[in-house]
Amino acid sequence: MAVVLVLAFDTATPAVTAALHDGDRVVAESTTVDARRHGELLAPAIEQVLRESRVRLRDVTAIVAGTGPGPYTGLRVGLMTATALASTIGAPAFGVCTLDAIAYATGRTGEITGPFLVATDARRKEVFWARYGDAVTRLDGPCVDRPHDLPPDLPVVGAGARLYAETIGADRVVGPEHPSAGALAALAAERLAGLTPEEAAGLAAVPEGRIDSVEKARELSVLGAPRPIYLRRPDAQVPGAPKRVTA
Amino acid sequence: MSVTDEPIVLGIETSCDETGVGIVRGHTLLANTIASSMEEHARFGGVVPEVASRAHLEAMAPTVEGALAAAGLRLSDVDAIAVTAGPGLAGALLVGVAAAKAYALGLGVPLYGVNHLAAHVAVDQLEHGPLPKPSIALLVSGGHSSLLLVPDVAQDVVSLGSTVDDAAGEAFDKVARVLGLPFPGGPYIDRAAREGSGTAVAFPRGKYDDGTLDFSFSGLKTAVARWVEAREAAGEPVPLADVAASFQEAVVDVLTRKALQACARYDVKDLLIGGGVAANSRLRVLAQERCEAAGVRLRVPRPGLCTDNGAMVAALGANLVAAGVTPSSLDIPADSSLPITTVHV
Ligand SMILES: [Zn+2]
Repeated sequence: MAVVLVLAFDTATPAVTAALHDGDRVVAESTTVDARRHGELLAPAIEQVLRESRVRLRDVTAIVAGTGPGPYTGLRVGLMTATALASTIGAPAFGVCTLDAIAYATGRTGEITGPFLVATDARRKEVFWARYGDAVTRLDGPCVDRPHDLPPDLPVVGAGARLYAETIGADRVVGPEHPSAGALAALAAERLAGLTPEEAAGLAAVPEGRIDSVEKARELSVLGAPRPIYLRRPDAQVPGAPKRVTA
Repeated sequence: MSVTDEPIVLGIETSCDETGVGIVRGHTLLANTIASSMEEHARFGGVVPEVASRAHLEAMAPTVEGALAAAGLRLSDVDAIAVTAGPGLAGALLVGVAAAKAYALGLGVPLYGVNHLAAHVAVDQLEHGPLPKPSIALLVSGGHSSLLLVPDVAQDVVSLGSTVDDAAGEAFDKVARVLGLPFPGGPYIDRAAREGSGTAVAFPRGKYDDGTLDFSFSGLKTAVARWVEAREAAGEPVPLADVAASFQEAVVDVLTRKALQACARYDVKDLLIGGGVAANSRLRVLAQERCEAAGVRLRVPRPGLCTDNGAMVAALGANLVAAGVTPSSLDIPADSSLPITTVHV
């Protein structure tokens, strides 16, 4: 079997998380929760996991970044880093929906057996969410909605659940709060193991157009190009006539 | 050091709407590749930060590849990475800084986080050779209007004055809107003004004789709007060329006057003008006239080096390498309000 070394990181939530996976297990992982310092924390975190796992960057065979959805400023740090790092070592860069990584981590805890939701903080009193049949099967989403509009009854995983526990019901809140790059790397390694290099390269190729609608986001496979999932349009108004300065 | 021994520096600039990647060998320009998202902003009448940030993320890798291809180099040939660490739009800067760190980490080369304004000064070396020490620099664009004393662009830049309200380029954009001209307004006003008279309307010159080296363009912009509205209210046609020329004259009169006052006050014989507004044809002419009268040598890089670009960042990076400055660490922040006194972080 070919040597697999997956370097994964995610900056789509307040957590800045990086990990290295050798095809069997997570060799090293670093996670810091600080919503305002993604740009400062990520590169040193990557250096740290490489050092701890005694892996040289140039030996990494795949780079994987969480594609969100998540607040865009932080999200872009991870995706830009993945694309640029990959080009320096000639390895492919992939993207994985951050909610999928949280779902995958949830499955590994064994806390939930049936269907569940993953929800993260989308700010503006909304959550990014998706519905899962099990740890690796996304049935719905990712979407952005108000917490009280989430599908009822199902358990809810992630910071969005904790933040709006009062609205959705505290008894529904379960599982991990933030994504872990270890889970992200493991999920990617699992998917990559079933692909030929050609198939993998096809997934990493960046297609035209931006993922800026729920419809486009729903078409995402578990492993794809390192492109951000934007579920909102930029805030911008086309201006009318200039304001008069004289009364 | 022979020319071929000089380090190859790749510079990344994302402080506003341009994704700029430049490559230099010492102070020889090898590539200056730019992807602009201006078309996406034009209909909003100004740069929309989130639109700019999204565009930077998509444009970065292709722009780096484009610059390498233009220079006939591979990534592995790069000896150092320089990047604009500030000032600028926070989210836009962050994309460039993240890219620069990843390239530096991946290639195992030093990273230099640099000041955008100092880079506007340093870029002139690519065209006109080493900067005289000291020089005075007038930087004018949609985002800044600054007068700087530059004893040494790699180490020491002193702010002498800046705008107290609008940047000069911002005034051009706002007056263009009042006149029904497209965004960005600078080139359209420049063109319209060629058919008009700069003395047709006596628009006010803010802070003209206040003894400072600061600028103010907000009052001028309002005066133009008032004048135009009065004409419209009276049912009279607006003489667009004359208004554009008179407005432009007021701006460049103040800019060149203060720049030469700075040269006189600090007894400096070299003036450099940079930033997007340096492309203004009337500014170039009037600055040349006034510099000749005052015995000051004028340096203005060609327009492609005046507007925001990656070559300017690479040029300053080359100065830092040559000066033996300690490289930046991989945890440097993007600082949207980085002061000019901080040339590198
Ligand atoms: Zn600039």
